[in-house]
Amino acid sequence: MKKFKEKLSGRVFFALALSSISALALITVFIIVQGVPIIAEVGFVNFIFGMSWAPSHGEYGIFPMIIGSVTVTLGAAILGVPVGLCCAIFLSEFAPARLRNLFRPAIQLLAGIPSVVYGFWGLLFIVPFIRNVLGGPGLSILAGAVILAIMILPTVISISEVSILALPRQYKEGALALGLTHWQTIRSVILPSAKSGIVAAVILGVGRAIGETMAVIMVLGNAVAVPTSILDPVRTLTTNIGIEMGYASGPHRQALFATGIVLFVIIMALNSTAQYITRKK
Amino acid sequence: MDDTAREPRRDVKLKTQSVNLHYGDFHALGDITFDIPSCAITAIIGPSGCGKSTLLRIFNRMNDLIPGCRVEGGVFLNGSDIYDKDADVVALRQKVGMVFQKPNIFPMSVYDNLIIGPRHHGVKSKQALAEIAERSLTLVALWDEVKDSLHKPGLGLAVGQQQRLCIARALAVEPEVILFDESCSALDPESTMKIEELMLDLAQKYTIIIVTHNMEQAARISDMAAFMMIDGQKVGRLHEYSPTSDMFISPKDKLTEDYITGRFG
Ligand SMILES: Nc1ncnc2c1ncn2[C@@H]1O[C@H](COP(=O)(O)OP(=O)(O)OP(=O)(O)O)[C@@H](O)[C@H]1O
Ligand SMILES: [Mg+2]
Repeated sequence: MKKFKEKLSGRVFFALALSSISALALITVFIIVQGVPIIAEVGFVNFIFGMSWAPSHGEYGIFPMIIGSVTVTLGAAILGVPVGLCCAIFLSEFAPARLRNLFRPAIQLLAGIPSVVYGFWGLLFIVPFIRNVLGGPGLSILAGAVILAIMILPTVISISEVSILALPRQYKEGALALGLTHWQTIRSVILPSAKSGIVAAVILGVGRAIGETMAVIMVLGNAVAVPTSILDPVRTLTTNIGIEMGYASGPHRQALFATGIVLFVIIMALNSTAQYITRKK
Repeated sequence: MDDTAREPRRDVKLKTQSVNLHYGDFHALGDITFDIPSCAITAIIGPSGCGKSTLLRIFNRMNDLIPGCRVEGGVFLNGSDIYDKDADVVALRQKVGMVFQKPNIFPMSVYDNLIIGPRHHGVKSKQALAEIAERSLTLVALWDEVKDSLHKPGLGLAVGQQQRLCIARALAVEPEVILFDESCSALDPESTMKIEELMLDLAQKYTIIIVTHNMEQAARISDMAAFMMIDGQKVGRLHEYSPTSDMFISPKDKLTEDYITGRFG
């Protein structure tokens, strides 16, 4: 009887695992089937590097959106990674246990806030702030980068903190025993030793930023144009899909799926790089 | 090996005076008072958990890292109190190096491991650093083995080589005292022999303190032996401290004798 139960539960779990994997596979196949024909029709180079996105005229160039995604994400990384890394160092090396136990759940909470709330908050505070202080429309690359920088903090902080804490205690002791100061130990031994974990944290954070839609849709301005300054509005790959999917049909719809394929490939590449780096050790 | 031939020099390098150490509520070391002679090997022996590592780590203030650890009493290096309020811990650790139980090579090249100490202590010139690296490796007889792989990862070396690299890394800082906490326990007999020979060499110039579970090792290489034991309250105490040859030929009492002859521990 007991054996039967074991067997049964094993099968049930297997079935569940299988169904979630097949759901993923189905989605992937669906996106590819929907998107690939239009890429073939427009031409891969024209699709990726085309400057004009005008579905009503049959023009499907997503280059401005690629630039949009890249600039906003890069901005988020430039703002978010140093802050996140400092937080991780503080938490793992300096914070007393009590403070750490206060900080960790707070950071997890940050990860739990729905992205639309971030977007709304950005629209109410960041956008007017940029408009009034720095000029321009306010709806801009900078606004999106600030929001995303905050949103990637939990990923960057927790993964780099874990990789610092996972280092053998002997590294730190060894460095201190050589007469290095605490800071020298952090800079020359701890951070280099945790490098792969930290790089993975950054990559996963960037992956998160590039895939984010709701938060940035509200603050980017969504203009389809190659920006000339960080105060210009842009449209990203994700917001392009989010904005137009509601009413698109025919080749237009297919072109949005094709945009999805591009995103999918970028995020897959980032995640597998992160995996590769962490596993290499 | 003839121990009596190497009568330790009589000047005192390190000195403890009524040292008591608490880990929070736990009284780990009780009233430890002894003098460690300069340019000699002092072995700390005793059963597991009696506080050998704790005592060793007093000398480079490694216990400072442990929250709730308190040290009372005086510990003197060259006559000055290393636990004084104004004492500089970083400077102390440059003078008192440490080699751990397991080789703790950092995940970087052999060369970077060697120069990490001097580099942070103000040696800037590339040539000076290269000389330090070669000199330290030569001291531990590792130069010929690794001179062609200086820029390969240190973790790629065999364990015995790694441990000698750790010793070289400690020597590169030019310490006066080197602490070894069971540094041979993870090694094969051949590597152990090499490191013992090395310690005997180093003892010409450096003050060496080792913790060991290996009585033959203590007998073979140490000049002075400190036998520690826990008392009824689990407090680690220094039960006997004498020249090694004295302790091994005529132990003070039954307890020491039983321990060094392997009847317990
Ligand atoms: N960080 C710590 N916090 C609390 N108690 C500790 C700590 N480190 C060691 N102790 C306790 O102090 C006592 C002495 O420990 P220590 O490691 O110095 O013994 P040891 O003689 O080196 O033992 P071994 O031969 O097993 O290495 C033990 O009872 C141990 O449990
Ligand atoms: Mg020990």
